[in-house]
Amino acid sequence: MLIIEDLWVDVQGQEVLKGINMEIGQGETHCLFGKNGSGKTTLLMTLMGFSGYKVKHGKITFKGQDITFMPIHERARLGIGISFQRPPTLRGVKLRDMLAICSRGNADAAAQLAVSYGFDHFLDREVNLGFSGGEIKKSELLQLLAQNPDLTLLDEPESGVDIENLNVIGDMIRKLLEKDKHKGRTKSGLIITHTGFILNYVAADKGHVMLNGKLCCQGNPVEIFEGIQKYGYEECARCQL
Amino acid sequence: MSAIKDNSPSDEKELLEQFIPASQAEAIQDLEELDKEELKRLKETGVDLSAKDRIGTYFQTNCGVAECSCDFQGVEMLPITEALKKYDGLKEYYWKLIPREKDAFTKEAADDLDNGYFIRALPGEKVVYPLQTCLYIRTDKVRQRVHNIVVAEEGSELHIITGCATHPKLTSGLHIGVSEFYIKKGAKLIFTMIHNWGEEVVVRPRSAILVEEGGTYLSNYVSLKGVKSVQTFPTATLKEGALARFNSVIVAPKGSEIDTGARVILEGRGSRSEIISRTISYGGKVIARGHLVGKVPEIKAHLECQGLILSDEGIIHAIPELEAHVADVDMSHEAAVGKIAREEIEYLMARGLDEEEATSTIVRGFLNVKIEGLPKELEEELEAAVRECQKGI
Repeated sequence: MLIIEDLWVDVQGQEVLKGINMEIGQGETHCLFGKNGSGKTTLLMTLMGFSGYKVKHGKITFKGQDITFMPIHERARLGIGISFQRPPTLRGVKLRDMLAICSRGNADAAAQLAVSYGFDHFLDREVNLGFSGGEIKKSELLQLLAQNPDLTLLDEPESGVDIENLNVIGDMIRKLLEKDKHKGRTKSGLIITHTGFILNYVAADKGHVMLNGKLCCQGNPVEIFEGIQKYGYEECARCQL
Repeated sequence: MSAIKDNSPSDEKELLEQFIPASQAEAIQDLEELDKEELKRLKETGVDLSAKDRIGTYFQTNCGVAECSCDFQGVEMLPITEALKKYDGLKEYYWKLIPREKDAFTKEAADDLDNGYFIRALPGEKVVYPLQTCLYIRTDKVRQRVHNIVVAEEGSELHIITGCATHPKLTSGLHIGVSEFYIKKGAKLIFTMIHNWGEEVVVRPRSAILVEEGGTYLSNYVSLKGVKSVQTFPTATLKEGALARFNSVIVAPKGSEIDTGARVILEGRGSRSEIISRTISYGGKVIARGHLVGKVPEIKAHLECQGLILSDEGIIHAIPELEAHVADVDMSHEAAVGKIAREEIEYLMARGLDEEEATSTIVRGFLNVKIEGLPKELEEELEAAVRECQKGI
């Protein structure tokens, strides 16, 4: 589904990613751990193709196509979706409009989604205007559900969400990644997590640790996370040696 | 430095002399004389001559009144020339809020009036459907001078949609419109003005509003098409507990200069006001003014100027002013001018829209101010104007 080969990325003239290699197969969910500032968000933003993330070297292949320099909307249409950590407010654009955009015209079904997650009272609010942290997460995930991507990129989906809403967020992610489908699952995901909470809701197939722009460890996500909890990221650095 | 120079008296005089008085141009006697193209343009200006959902119509071309009728008993509507005769010069209202000598344009309207409307909602009468008025310049190079007076008597409610337009084939003209509004105790007036002038038309409205105790004045101003120059600065004075709200949506294509806004003087306790403007330039110059003057305690006023520049050449000059004369006032403003944030465009692109679609979604949202009582055709026009903006980028 996704192959990243020797990816080097600059942000504002600073080298942030230094030779990333990763492969995510169809139906797989991967987790990305790492300290603040290690380059995790940069990787997600580069995969989506945002301006300001300059690929200096390397290649990104998605569904067999080289997407390294493809415009954002073409990647979206090809099946990549992303949730934003701090999305901008769109004045005058309602969540209802946004869901219609994501679903490429299937506005009613998209609005129905909002109802099913108890978020229908937000449909006529301007996107992200005055939304709390948890509301932003829900709104982002609803948009992704409407968009129905094959590869979902999630940046700390659990941050700022209260315990009660964690269940809902977990449900939404499970649906996005077809976690209830045990056979023939086609949806893949790459999730950045600091707290690891999301692992309680969404089983991940593989974990990666990023340190200073490089992936230094790959393996069972639960074991990696336990290791980080016990020994800190320093152990990953040491282990790398 | 201001983007648009103030007119000096000699400039004003020179401007006037470029046009012939409307009284020297032919006016139509009957609405039937309007052709298809004209009717279409009028519809885009909010004027629906089938008069569906309108309780009355005042229609003036050049200097002549082609229609002045109102089905609703509670509203009196007359050409102002007749009202001046009938009511002995309308001494209470005529030139009471605006000085005749204010500038060359007011003087011109005082000395050589073409016509205009007098509309009065009788006490306690509440009108559900709007009344429409249209000031239409049909002949090239004409200067049209009108004086309008609107009186909403105590406890009445009235909605006026006024469309100002020129013949689709006409290019140049000068419109001078003096308007005085009197909103009496507890009355409410919604005044929606749509400008649809030609690209070489100069427009000088001079408006003032008096809102008495507990009265409400809601003004909507929409100008989406090219016009050579508009310069206006309506001033509202609010008495105790009165409310005035000014919404404007302005799109300035290349070659247009639009200098507009509102001043509200809050001189009654508990009065409130809000001035909201959304301006877009794709090559034109816009000055978005707002001046709130708080003279007594316990007033509340807010000013919001938002401007988007969608081309390299446009100028938007937002001038928000707050003037408090006492301590106990609640006055605020926010102003933001600039281009569309890259981040917003990319947010929408990540949801599958291409760059052009993303931009148009943002512009549409930007212009989406809640306008009470905006006719449906006009909403469609707003949409079309947004699409037009795309071509200018």
